Amino acid sequence: MSAHLQPNRDTWMPPDAHVHIGADEAFPIKLIVNGIEHQLDVMPWVSLLDALRERLGLTGTKKGCDHGQCGACTVLIDGVRVNSCLRLALMHDGAHITTIEGLAHDKTLHALQRALIEHDAFQCGYCTPGQLCSAVGLLNEKPHPSEPEIREWMSGNLCRCGAYPNIVAAIQSVSEERR
Amino acid sequence: MHPFAFTRAVDVQDALRTASATPAAKFIAGGTNLVDLMKETVERPAHLIDITHLPFKSIDATASGGLRIGALVTNATLANDERVLARYPLLANAILAGASPQLRNAATTGGNLLQRTRCYYFYDVGTPCNKRRPGQGCGALHGQNRIHAILGTSEHCIATHPSDMCVALAALEAQVHVIGPKGERTIAFADFHRLPGDRPDLDTTLAPGELVTAVELPAEGFAANHSYLKLRDRLSYAFALVSVAAALRLDGSQIAAARIALGGVAHKPWRVEAAEQQLIGATPGADAFDGAARTLLAGARGFGHNDFKIELARRAITRALLQAAAGAPQSIIDKRIG
Repeated sequence: MSAHLQPNRDTWMPPDAHVHIGADEAFPIKLIVNGIEHQLDVMPWVSLLDALRERLGLTGTKKGCDHGQCGACTVLIDGVRVNSCLRLALMHDGAHITTIEGLAHDKTLHALQRALIEHDAFQCGYCTPGQLCSAVGLLNEKPHPSEPEIREWMSGNLCRCGAYPNIVAAIQSVSEERR
Repeated sequence: MHPFAFTRAVDVQDALRTASATPAAKFIAGGTNLVDLMKETVERPAHLIDITHLPFKSIDATASGGLRIGALVTNATLANDERVLARYPLLANAILAGASPQLRNAATTGGNLLQRTRCYYFYDVGTPCNKRRPGQGCGALHGQNRIHAILGTSEHCIATHPSDMCVALAALEAQVHVIGPKGERTIAFADFHRLPGDRPDLDTTLAPGELVTAVELPAEGFAANHSYLKLRDRLSYAFALVSVAAALRLDGSQIAAARIALGGVAHKPWRVEAAEQQLIGATPGADAFDGAARTLLAGARGFGHNDFKIELARRAITRALLQAAAGAPQSIIDKRIG
């Protein structure tokens, strides 16, 4: 660890305690990612996306635009879909985060992962982790969306290969299975 | 992003104390706009104060029959609140017309009010911008100005306010509750955002160190006759070229009250009281609504690429009012305009 990454505290503080961190200090936080607790020291400006990718090695979550415009970085925080590129990691101290790596259980794919494969719903695959986390979030928000609703409520995830019709069909099939 | 210090505030006094001790500080909640602007180095705060632990997360009924929305209530929570859907559907529709589900899950009520323009020149630090740095000049005035304002502009700035939610809040005559070093005060929605004038760097009338605590809706929500019509370059996940929040109270075959606010056309949600007054007592219809549209757009001026907005706005106002009068608000899912 380089000198400027030294945490200014030895121990993790509860996430609701007053803290002050200087611009040259790292701060110890806890992230529970896909059920596994990680402790890491982050500088104030580290995004949740960079913490996941660069610090925890979870590179399934993609950096597309890094400006909240493409949705490739979508993860679930406490079950709610958000753009991880616009979240500061230290503001999510103690949060439960689900990334693409956490959707499958053991060797069993998540129903939405299976459906995307069955419906040929990707080409290059770069947007797919974000599409999947967003679709999980959508079905948490609204279990049985209509086709136009899926289109509208998946509009935060761009696919430059244009796999939209098949992505919509895949999500719809999972929603129908769950009826 | 430039380095910054960080404070996690535990209560309001903690946040205000830190803000007054560090004038270069900014408050952060959802951060969906601020973090992006920091990445672009448009915003370079030396200090961020995390206010997400403050107790502004509930939506409560008020004694006067309205709703008080905590500043930290997310856009998604607000738009899906049963009371908002039933009594203020204009607000729910405006919120759901903006951004994406992921952004609405993070963005807050207070932050939506304080989001900054999406003017290309404001975002591009390689070009001059009076909003970023007063006195530098305006790149948009003689540049690419297709998305820019047609009303209330100045020679210094022709940027628009990007919010959809604020257009509905303007039409509903919400109030903004704030707290600062000098105590609490309440600001009428029409007085919260300002026109650019010779200080386009100032988007709002908030004093330094003041914090938005809540937005209050009055009792009347115009739930029977309203429409939020948003026109944009793609059907979803795009800022408005022109948007209209229309609300009517009908008494038999006559209009008893009207509210019209425009988005995408000015530095703040645009309302003209005379346009609303002239509808009172009128019979709902294209003639009356076109008359109101002309009053609303009096003095509108294009800058070349955005000239089309004047005619687009005139027709959108009439359409939104017809939808409101018919009790058939614009669908936020099926974007075909009926």
